[in-house]
Amino acid sequence: MIRPVRFTDDVADLPTHKFGPSSLTWWGIIGYMIVEGGFFALAFAAYFFLMGHEQGWPPEGRAAADPIAGTLFTILILLSEIPNTMIKKAANAHDTAKVRKLMPVMVGVGVPLLILRGFEFNSLNVMWSDNAYGSIIWALLLLHTIHIATDWGDTIVLWALIMTPLGYEGRRMVDTDENALYWRYVWLLWIPIYLMIYWVPRL
Amino acid sequence: MSRGDPKAVEAENRRLAEERKKLARDGPKLNGARLEARLDKTWGRPHGFLGWLATVDHKEIGRRYIITALIFLALGGVLSLIMRLQLARPDGHIVGAARYNELFTMHGSTMMFLFAVPIMEGIAVYIIPLMLGTRSTSFPRLNAFSYYMYLFGGLMLWGAFALNIAPDIGWFAYTPLSGPQFSPGKRADIWAQMITFTEVSALAAAVVLVATILKCRAPGMTLARMPLFAWAMLVVAVMIIFAMPSIALCSGMLISDRLVGTQFYNHYEHGDALLWQHLFWFFGHPEVYIIFLPATGFVSVIVETFCRRPVFAYPVVVLALVSTGILAFGLWVHHMFATGLPRVGYSFYTAASMTVAIPTGLQIYCWLATMWDGRPRFQVPMLYVVGFIVTFVIGGLSGVIIAAVPLDLELHDTYFIVAHFHYVLIGGAVFPLLGILTYWFPKMTGRMMSETLGKIGFWILFIGFQVTFFPMHFAGLLGMPRRVYTYPAGQGLELPNLLSTIGAFAVASAVLLFVINGVVSYFRGAPAPDNPWDASTLEWAVRSPPPSYNFEHVPVVESRTPLWDEKGELPVITGLRVDDKETLLTTVVAATPDLREPIAEASLWPFIASCATGIFFITSIFSPWAIAFGAIPTAIAMAAWFWPSSLKRHPEPVIG
Repeated sequence: MIRPVRFTDDVADLPTHKFGPSSLTWWGIIGYMIVEGGFFALAFAAYFFLMGHEQGWPPEGRAAADPIAGTLFTILILLSEIPNTMIKKAANAHDTAKVRKLMPVMVGVGVPLLILRGFEFNSLNVMWSDNAYGSIIWALLLLHTIHIATDWGDTIVLWALIMTPLGYEGRRMVDTDENALYWRYVWLLWIPIYLMIYWVPRL
Repeated sequence: MSRGDPKAVEAENRRLAEERKKLARDGPKLNGARLEARLDKTWGRPHGFLGWLATVDHKEIGRRYIITALIFLALGGVLSLIMRLQLARPDGHIVGAARYNELFTMHGSTMMFLFAVPIMEGIAVYIIPLMLGTRSTSFPRLNAFSYYMYLFGGLMLWGAFALNIAPDIGWFAYTPLSGPQFSPGKRADIWAQMITFTEVSALAAAVVLVATILKCRAPGMTLARMPLFAWAMLVVAVMIIFAMPSIALCSGMLISDRLVGTQFYNHYEHGDALLWQHLFWFFGHPEVYIIFLPATGFVSVIVETFCRRPVFAYPVVVLALVSTGILAFGLWVHHMFATGLPRVGYSFYTAASMTVAIPTGLQIYCWLATMWDGRPRFQVPMLYVVGFIVTFVIGGLSGVIIAAVPLDLELHDTYFIVAHFHYVLIGGAVFPLLGILTYWFPKMTGRMMSETLGKIGFWILFIGFQVTFFPMHFAGLLGMPRRVYTYPAGQGLELPNLLSTIGAFAVASAVLLFVINGVVSYFRGAPAPDNPWDASTLEWAVRSPPPSYNFEHVPVVESRTPLWDEKGELPVITGLRVDDKETLLTTVVAATPDLREPIAEASLWPFIASCATGIFFITSIFSPWAIAFGAIPTAIAMAAWFWPSSLKRHPEPVIG
């Protein structure tokens, strides 16, 4: 530094991790949530914009998507919030052992979810190339699939990391807490999409 | 592995706590040259070419951003000269109609996506941490990734131009022109994928900037004491976060219409071409402010320093920035007046478009009041500010004119519009940009730019600019449409077009002079004093160019203008680690010390991840399967980026 300095305070005893808005990565995650939320919100707007052009929704002569796979998916993803909340609480209590036990549940739940998602694609009763209705329905489902797959991959990597000695670092518990926060966002965003794919066309 | 056994974990924790006490930290016992040498060892760039690729130093990344963006400015500028030569005389024959379409598309896309936004981000990435008194940006690896994504997007676009497959659909790529029916081939896909690159890059940089500005400020720098440039960049970064998803969505839908036959924009299958316009302009209008607001931050910096008093009515300027940022999202439909709208739509968007002039006008009055009350020194950066105010006000007035629907319908798609947006973009953004580059040149290089060459360059640019763009108003009023490759004689268009061409060459020579001044000064300029302009903000508290770690000790801030108010010793905080990268996080509003944060070491993974993502994006122009297969290496690279290089526990966290 160019100027002479005057020492005031010492920060050596400050912590190196905290949960919530004190954490830098929390802000990063909120930033990306807004990005994705904006993306989905505009896709929803496009859905209603295209819907406004049609006489019927789905267009005449088409059946709405079959809701069985989608409904099972919705029930399962809502139930997944139970282990998710348990992990979040364990992480906040720095209980690495418990987080290690519960992480495989969250990794495991991704598998039936992605399988059900496959059946969902098969029950839309329209191809993406048939008409604009088909295009936007497919787009919504595909976007959410990417959302799930990304978070699932993320959870696997985090699980592997938690199993190493670094699992005892407080910052890894912050990562776990924020990963759980993100999963909430994934299922929260699913609810309007579920309604738009399966139920708005039945109104 | 210390898995399971709680006693072993407890013992390990105790051992680490003991080791923690032995770690070297800055403070009264470790300062001066000894501290600097150790910090430099910790923060310096790794050796060799790989070290150069792996660096995550925000100054290095910022400098690359700035230089790359200036190269794209030069390339985009050359295209404009070719267009002006073509239009100098009626019935020109230098290029044909098809090539001309490529030229204006490349010019617009380059200037908007590869020059204007990236250079603002680059300057912010370089300066903001110094201005806020911190050692690094947040997420430095993400920052490096963002640069490489931008670079690859630019290389792809210009590579395509060199291979004669450049886009030819205009910088806003309206459907159905850009759709599969009217743009066969890959030109439109190149444009859309360039958008994907730059939007990923801009979003990454925006998140980095928001987190840096909110969490990394020096203790005591409350939101109410934050420099106005940081405020401007905070607003801009938040705007990027809200605006970019819109273009990501609409260009993604365009690519899928073209690649896999979706029907979003095909009205035969009940899609809608206007959906494109809504989504594009919901991004495109805020984009203009994303370019302009950083420039208002530059102006506040320059006005404050060169008038030697704090900017008049700081809260008004901050509120003006924030309200411009919000209003910018309510204006997009004014680009669509000619598409036909409900009456209430016309009234609403006209009113909204006129309203946005109010906060901008307030800022201008605040700067004028600062000059009135201060003692202005008319050195080169200040000259650019004066040039900015004159030019931008003219552009703002022509903007208010075309906010009125009847006039807009008359002037839509004419050269009047071309004149308007060059007045607001060059006048509003490029003039302050050249001013601020002159201003921060000594910070970045340790040398001063030549004042004489700078003044000559300014006057050539200012006059050349008016000669180029003022006659375009008249060409537009005479009915000359945009984007025509030539025009017939005898309609009164010869004189304005010839003047514009002459002016364009004057502008180009002024920019060339600026570059020459920069290069010569870099090697032979006068060495810069510590605080050459007698500025008030923290970036001038360190030597020029700044050391790798920025600040030996984190400074403490007690006012809005710390270097003016702390005449004697600078108050600092101590206790950060010296042998590992560490910085201080503070609380969002009050900026009280909150956490110590480890900063990521240099890493090749951001570069590798951007290569994988680049291959993914480029191949997906050609096959939808590339989306599935391209995602795999990208995911692996991202996981490797996150994975620590050592699984051993350290006494304090490190990001290796």
